Amino acid sequence: MDKSFLFQAIVYLASAVIGVNIAKRLGLGTVLGYLLAGVAIGPFVLGFVGEEGKDIMHVSEFGVVMMLFVIGLELEPNLLWRMRKLVVGLGGMQVIATTLAISLAAYFLGQSWQAALAIGATLSLSSTAIVMQTLSEKSLLKTSAGNSAFAVLLSQDIAVIPLLAVFPILATEVVDNQSASLIGKFSGWQQTLIVLAAIAIIIIAGKYVVSPVFRWVAKTRQRELFMATALLLVFLIAELMIVVGLSPALGTFLAGVVLANSEFRHELESDIDPFKGLLLGLFFISVGSTIDFGLVKDNFLLVIALVLGLMCLKGLILYVLGKSFGLKGDQNMIFAVSLAQMGEFAFVLFSFAGQYALINAEDIDLLIAVVALSMALTPLFFVMNERLILPKYFTKEKSNRRADEIHDKNPVIIAGFGRYGNIVGRFLRANGVSATVLDNDSDRVELLRRFGYKVYYGDASRFDLMKAAGAETAKIIIIAMDTPQQCLEMVAMVKKNFPHLKILSRAYDRNDSFDLMESGVDYIYRETLDSSLRLGADALQMIGFRAYQTHRAARTFLKHDERVLADLIKHRHDSKSYISVAKEKITELEELILRDIKDEGILERDSGWDSERLRTDTKS
Amino acid sequence: MASVLIIFAHPVYEKSRVNQYLVKAIKGLKQVTFHDLYELYPDFDIDIKKEQKLLVKHDIIVLQHPFYWYSMPPLLKQWLDLVLEYGWAYGKEGTQLRNKKLFNAITTGGTFAAYQKEGHNRYTIPELLYPLDQTAFLCKMTYYPPFIVHGTHRLSDVEMQQFAQDYLQIITGLRDGLFREDDLVSATYMNNLIDKPYSL
Repeated sequence: MDKSFLFQAIVYLASAVIGVNIAKRLGLGTVLGYLLAGVAIGPFVLGFVGEEGKDIMHVSEFGVVMMLFVIGLELEPNLLWRMRKLVVGLGGMQVIATTLAISLAAYFLGQSWQAALAIGATLSLSSTAIVMQTLSEKSLLKTSAGNSAFAVLLSQDIAVIPLLAVFPILATEVVDNQSASLIGKFSGWQQTLIVLAAIAIIIIAGKYVVSPVFRWVAKTRQRELFMATALLLVFLIAELMIVVGLSPALGTFLAGVVLANSEFRHELESDIDPFKGLLLGLFFISVGSTIDFGLVKDNFLLVIALVLGLMCLKGLILYVLGKSFGLKGDQNMIFAVSLAQMGEFAFVLFSFAGQYALINAEDIDLLIAVVALSMALTPLFFVMNERLILPKYFTKEKSNRRADEIHDKNPVIIAGFGRYGNIVGRFLRANGVSATVLDNDSDRVELLRRFGYKVYYGDASRFDLMKAAGAETAKIIIIAMDTPQQCLEMVAMVKKNFPHLKILSRAYDRNDSFDLMESGVDYIYRETLDSSLRLGADALQMIGFRAYQTHRAARTFLKHDERVLADLIKHRHDSKSYISVAKEKITELEELILRDIKDEGILERDSGWDSERLRTDTKS
Repeated sequence: MASVLIIFAHPVYEKSRVNQYLVKAIKGLKQVTFHDLYELYPDFDIDIKKEQKLLVKHDIIVLQHPFYWYSMPPLLKQWLDLVLEYGWAYGKEGTQLRNKKLFNAITTGGTFAAYQKEGHNRYTIPELLYPLDQTAFLCKMTYYPPFIVHGTHRLSDVEMQQFAQDYLQIITGLRDGLFREDDLVSATYMNNLIDKPYSL
């Protein structure tokens, strides 16, 4: 079959478009969609992709590097510092304990102790790509489970460095000493110095060089040039890391953290993000397509036993560790399930181990199939955990509480008790109105329950949960979930199943308000509007305006802004659906400012109190 | 049939028993618009254009409110300040309210006796309402005597119900043109028109 570049691109993209769409519709998440698409086009189903799947996997592994860069950008240094306990303690313990357990098992299954150790260490690592993607898709990153999972992944990334150093030492015979690192010829302490210098370069350059360069590039006003610079930055760091023998993912993560406070943070994020997404998708597809089903078929029972056995073992260790680090109930369950698979580092480390003949080739092929399968199963386990295990775990508390639910049917349901919802909830409660709260952070849920709030744990956009929360008898639903997507999904669900509920929804910005308006929400509250106007009014007051004047001016502006919003939505789909988000934001701002200039109402004085006209009339 | 606009202003309506009775009696009547200012403008952001349009559409305007410090609650005062604009309500070109009728419907804790020269409020309610009388005059409106509920703190439910009926009778009477203009202008209280006069 002709395998031209275009044909391959068509195969990969088409499978992604179809596979992800179907998986999304079935509620399985995008990762599983990509993996299944990969399996479908792989040599064992449709056969569009053969051996070159592996090459593509190596290329697309770069998506992981980019992902860590973006994660780094979103993580401020002091936040990272606060996580150090989790990274070192929980993460370190996970790597050590899992390595020991798996190594021991491998040793008893007949591997040499060196090979056993290499296998154990390699399989102790989890898949950053799958875990982060799945967690963020389910908005679990900010929960305590997500936090801990991230910390563990981070320490695994760090652990790769010593592993790469240790493998050659473990090797009994050196077959092909093609060290990945160019500094291999230096002695140990020199290598250490070079590594430290490389890290220092990243930190110092990130602080003092990158911003001026970006400012210089930004002056050209060429968006694609900026994008190129951003990519160049990531590639440079990755290359530097590879040269000194560190994990490129770790290097870009570090660079991301350093740049988290820079003025170009969001620009960088939005430039890298699409590449990251596509490469990760490609990576998942290639993982799916490289699963050697022939090998799996020949050793069916062995492979299944290995996959399930390893995942159970890892999960168990994670569960125990999570518990001792204070993760409770379902959060611990999510944590354990999320990290139980083996990760993409295994592909790298196994081929590395192969070079040193540390593990024999057949075993490596088999293990790689096991790793790929375990990655493919993770999203599935996630769904199972979510639908079968967690509800069961929580039905106990639910049925305990159902009794009092009938006594006081709360007229108000609050979906999402984060930084927005909690203010609403507290305010209602201060006025003696109790609301039923739905939230998917179980730590928060537990705290609230202690204070006597009626709280349900779980994804509020699930029909059964809403029903259990009394949506049929409630009057109002307040939607204050963490992301616009969640809010929109929630709106759709409520409109469909509980049309009698009045929907009051938080909106993030103008665009989000439009989305909400279009999905038929009547009461929309932009979360920044009131606060920024209050600030603006205070600023006016501080430069000498009278307090009441600024107060009235802010109120007038608010009305003006709402008028404009209602007006703009009419033109929303006229022309700009096709331009990029950043461009759209600028055009929107331009339009807003133009309307400010045109609208005389913006400065509307309370003319009943204004005697100017009276004065002029009296004179004439 | 005339149209009646009741501009209602009460900052703590939920606690006012009398006003709840009164409002219940007149709400939803044909040709009568009930307009609750504190419910519409809790932020005091009065929509002036909208209020002016509403005024133009009606013949008789009632200001219903408690008698705070011998006057009206602040939002109603603000409403007067901002809605009755120069050049619209008064001034050479301000003729939009011409020939409309205006009166107050007031609830007060003080008794009829208290609002007498000898009483501890020293002035009668019509005297204390001179500013509104003059406002009506400046806007070329006719000022009618007020409808009053006195001694609100001591009223029983039955008595409050009775006042609500009186109020209903007056509003519908005005709407349907049942009262003679002479009586309307000369009475001290609107209550007198339906033979429910207060007396010492």
